[in-house]
Amino acid sequence: MTEHLFAWLDERLDLSELRAFVAEKSVPKHRHSVWYYMGGITLFLVGVQVATGILLLLYYRPSAGEAYESVKFIVSQVQFGWLIRNVHSWSANLLILMAFVHLFSTFFLRAYRKPRELTWITGVLLLFVMMGFGFSGYLLPWNELAFFATKVGTGIAGAIPFVGDFMVRFLRGGDDVTGATLTRFYGIHVAILPAITTVLLGVHLLFIQRQGMSVPPSVEKREQAGEKIPQEPFFPNYVLHDVMWWYVALAVLAALALFLPWELGTKADAFAPVPAGIRPEWYFLAMFQTLKLIPSHVLGIEGEMLGVLGFSLAALLLLVMPFLDRGAAVGRPSKIITAAAVLTVLYLIIFTIYGYLAA
Amino acid sequence: MSSQDAHLQQRESPRRTFLDTLLGLGFASTFMSILYPVWRYVIPPANAEPATDSVVAGKVSEFRPNTGAVLKFGTKPAILVRTSDGQFKAFNAVCTHLECTVQYKSETSQIWCACHNGLYDLSGNVISGPPPRPLEVFKVNLRGEPGQEDVVISRT
Repeated sequence: MTEHLFAWLDERLDLSELRAFVAEKSVPKHRHSVWYYMGGITLFLVGVQVATGILLLLYYRPSAGEAYESVKFIVSQVQFGWLIRNVHSWSANLLILMAFVHLFSTFFLRAYRKPRELTWITGVLLLFVMMGFGFSGYLLPWNELAFFATKVGTGIAGAIPFVGDFMVRFLRGGDDVTGATLTRFYGIHVAILPAITTVLLGVHLLFIQRQGMSVPPSVEKREQAGEKIPQEPFFPNYVLHDVMWWYVALAVLAALALFLPWELGTKADAFAPVPAGIRPEWYFLAMFQTLKLIPSHVLGIEGEMLGVLGFSLAALLLLVMPFLDRGAAVGRPSKIITAAAVLTVLYLIIFTIYGYLAA
Repeated sequence: MSSQDAHLQQRESPRRTFLDTLLGLGFASTFMSILYPVWRYVIPPANAEPATDSVVAGKVSEFRPNTGAVLKFGTKPAILVRTSDGQFKAFNAVCTHLECTVQYKSETSQIWCACHNGLYDLSGNVISGPPPRPLEVFKVNLRGEPGQEDVVISRT
């Protein structure tokens, strides 16, 4: 039947090019090959987010009066509603985790070097967008923790020089976090960010297909020395390997969603005191903890402003990395950049754990 | 293809079919185990309808003769009519035709559905128009101090 359908489509669309592409495409096999699957897992989780997100839209109501109740309705009344919400929440976290793993693995394999600079840039932008999803989605259940986390998070934007005040009002849809903020975050979460993601992800994947898989400099050297690097056919071998990893991700996701239900907490109340133990999602913890540790004034600059400037600089450096590590393109990756990256990873891990324990 | 290759392929073929079937079944069961919860999820749960048996519509004095008021009766609208001679009548305000909400026409002392021009008399019976059944009649009782009575509507 598949052959029939394919023939039918082929007759109309001439799929010979696609067929040739699929038949010829191959993926290099070497001892770092396992990292190739990390992007695929991330992509799988994006799919899970889209599917479960659309399902949640069927019952969710984006207003201060009803948001909390509608989520409660989903998890307590709708059949399998608890499952859909747990999967959406857990998958969001796994997605960010895998995006970081994918980022650092491509980083250390120097996959960003010429000619893949733009693939890297779209990837880093995608990571920022994913964090935006995390931040905007966190508020939507309209519970106490989310309410205050959003107050703090949007407040940090206020530390940006010159445009800070505007940014806070822009993000909150007013001076305070209110129902207006909720509808605004909802719009960002379900319309603006998905639109940006579609474009960035489309370009990211298109570039990867055009350029093929990058091999790390060490493997490239062997290749240049005349050694033949074994290749794996993309279809079906690599695809099945990919699917195997998706199964692993699905199993982890299902286990988390079943055994560690995502809490709903208590409904947000603007006049209640901040609950003890408030902290952002883990992927903002390192930033959160850093801000807590910077003194209120450093050399006449406000501590928060210094922190925000520091994070912005780090984000910018990450974005333009291919243009800093020029030597990588000719197989001589910078040792300083490797060292800086290792330190960054250690910093992120240590401060995340520190932030978790300190709160 | 050499004869040896052909031989090899022939020998491997049942094994290949077996593995392919196994793989296909694996994928199929994965999709089923995902689709089943999704299918159940998209079907909205039945609204646990609060069993409303009676509501207080207000004080007698709030309703002038020859007027009608639509009010909440549980999750549905009800219509309370005070006739020209001061009597109270109440009905389920959901038109029996296509579930629009009916209103009272004081000029003709009839109950009218604006959607498809259905007309009911003050006993709920259909006079003209498409409604297939009469309106559900509610019971009206007056309760409390004389002059300060509450109008209570209840399901009969």
